[in-house]
Amino acid sequence: MTGTRNYLRFLGRCLGIAFVGDWRYYAWMGVLTVICLAGLNAYANQLVEGLGSTGMTDQVSWGIYIANFTFLVGVAAAAVMLVIPVYIYKNRHLHDLVVFGELLAVAAILMCLAFVTVDLGRPDKFMHMIPGLGKLNFPGSMLAWDVVVLNGYLLLNLHIIGYLLYSRYQNRYPRRWFYIPFVFIAIVWAISIHTVTAFLFVGLGGKEFWNQAIIGPRFLASAFAAGPALIILALQVIRRVSEYRVRNEALLTLRSIVQVAMLINVFLLVCEVFTKFYSDTARGVSAKYLYFGLEEFNALVPWIWGAILLNVVALALLILPVSRSLRYLNIACVFAIVGIWVEKGMGLVVPGFIPTPLGEVVEYMPTWNETLVSLGIWAFGLLAYTVFLRTSIPILQGRLNKNNEHRALTDSIEESPAGGVEPSQP
Amino acid sequence: MSASENKPDSSSGGSMSRRSFLRVSAGATALTGLAALAAGLAPLRELSRFTSVEKFLQKHYHELSPEQMKRVLERIAREVEQQYDLRPHVRDLKPMDGVEFVYALNLSRCIGCRRCVHACVAENNQSGDPDLEYIRVVKMPKGTFDLTKGDHNYEPEEVPEDGYFYMPVQCHQCANPPCVKVCPVEATWQEADGITVIDYDWCIGCRYCQAACPYFARRFNFRKPRIPKERLNPDMSYLGNRPRESGVMEKCHFCIQRTRAGRYPACLEVCPTGARKFGNILDPDSEINYILKEKRVFTFILKEDQGTLPRFFYYLDK
Repeated sequence: MTGTRNYLRFLGRCLGIAFVGDWRYYAWMGVLTVICLAGLNAYANQLVEGLGSTGMTDQVSWGIYIANFTFLVGVAAAAVMLVIPVYIYKNRHLHDLVVFGELLAVAAILMCLAFVTVDLGRPDKFMHMIPGLGKLNFPGSMLAWDVVVLNGYLLLNLHIIGYLLYSRYQNRYPRRWFYIPFVFIAIVWAISIHTVTAFLFVGLGGKEFWNQAIIGPRFLASAFAAGPALIILALQVIRRVSEYRVRNEALLTLRSIVQVAMLINVFLLVCEVFTKFYSDTARGVSAKYLYFGLEEFNALVPWIWGAILLNVVALALLILPVSRSLRYLNIACVFAIVGIWVEKGMGLVVPGFIPTPLGEVVEYMPTWNETLVSLGIWAFGLLAYTVFLRTSIPILQGRLNKNNEHRALTDSIEESPAGGVEPSQP
Repeated sequence: MSASENKPDSSSGGSMSRRSFLRVSAGATALTGLAALAAGLAPLRELSRFTSVEKFLQKHYHELSPEQMKRVLERIAREVEQQYDLRPHVRDLKPMDGVEFVYALNLSRCIGCRRCVHACVAENNQSGDPDLEYIRVVKMPKGTFDLTKGDHNYEPEEVPEDGYFYMPVQCHQCANPPCVKVCPVEATWQEADGITVIDYDWCIGCRYCQAACPYFARRFNFRKPRIPKERLNPDMSYLGNRPRESGVMEKCHFCIQRTRAGRYPACLEVCPTGARKFGNILDPDSEINYILKEKRVFTFILKEDQGTLPRFFYYLDK
């Protein structure tokens, strides 16, 4: 079939272009590949030694893997913050940028799946989760729900972006019925992936620190701050290293999204902290551990206060007009991302286990091997996102197009490569 | 401007054309990449006996036919013999009709000697390196049930110590078990006699059950369990004390290999003060039935507010 052949050729060209770029591109990809391989090596060690190579124990049985997973589900969900303005409110500034947001969602989901996999004691039995082959405990287990919604979200986004990009490549208008319904499903679905991930924790009655309704709303608020903040940073990089024109208005629209989300996030944080500390019941002991430490055990205290400081500074910057200047906006975004990563990653997962249900206090600190695995997965995610951008930008610009298929057979794929020798500065 | 236009003569003539140069360098890069990948994966060479085809294809406990179960038990016996030079007796004991097991522990009598802990380790083939124990004894100051005031690592010359009481905690075999509900692959479930069991061959090691348990009763094999050869208990059960592997959960199963054969759990037999009582709650004449009826006023359930409906009770003499 010519259709299949055309599509395969399209995929082949996408893959081909991922290997072409200027020295900065090679350096960036080279560094990421090295970190990826180091992470892979660390994971191989973990497979041999068992999860004993991590800092996790029977007392604190989830650590930095699940923390990163939680954060990244939020990043993936945040793609809707670009989709909603465009498809519901018909925002023009963000229109073309939706693709970049959804690509980030795909990269984030890939990282999520990787983080869950490395957290498994027996990854060789993963097919026990596949319905038909195994026994997926659906709808009983929230983890089964998470498996379903995350993979569903991945497929939805792959379909939407894949279709839009391929249409652009073929110079065809995308048929609305073939993607618009999926866009709206994906909007609801995005909310659901983060809600389900919150319920994963909230559903455990034995963990007072997690067993609260506010966790879900806080997850969404922090995700809608950190996700678009990451997209802002990605767009800033895109407009610097490629010829793709990202307008300031688009960044400022995203800024107002991050602004509102951050306000809600900090407000919900205040609600939570008030509830835990004002009533001062004996049940708030995990929160006490997190914020003030329990006697000599206080590993998380500097982290959580650092995160709160970053969040507050980010919020102040975002509210003040100063962040209309893009440099300050970047700083605010970095602060918000790091603050939220700490606060809803380690700051949420670890204190849930401290003290144990029997009152024992055992602290958790990730090992070097575990850290390497995590860095490897982050590098892998960035690598994937870079490849997605490297492919999609020329397609959106019409430089990678069906019309120039034949010229592409020569070594010089493009007339002037994105991230080319002399990229025009904005 | 395209690169080929810049160098119009490079594709023809010249000792090495641009294209072939690119091919060579791409090939070299690919080779380096493969070598790096191989180096990265090198530790996997030590991953011997991680799994076998037989184990990989093994079905869920509930779907094994008697014939298949026989072969599985045969495989387990073979593996144990290979590793420990001892032919074990591996069975798959089923729950008995009209039996529901219940445990009661007399806090007035427990002296905190931890003999139950060690008997449990020996009976159930728990790992000695790293240490893995199902029973946790908490030393509590008298006058409180606030577990955060407890001491888990007490090591005095002599027990009991004045001013303290001791509270051993193990799996409560809940009638409404939070751990079972959360398992994403149904690797853990409640049997008809009330024992919550784990199919070690089906568990994927996500540790969600461990997070869900309000009694800190579940243990994970963070490393390959090592049982001293001389300590191996050859009387084994599939859902019970057969040796486990790295990366799966385990927990107290009321010594399924003993209790389903009409014996008492090891922790009960070893207890020097008779603080531990066990039996069939459905039998009106059982000791356990008497205790729960007669000592009702002084009986209590740990974390009753969790609504887990444990089959493990604590009671006091007076």
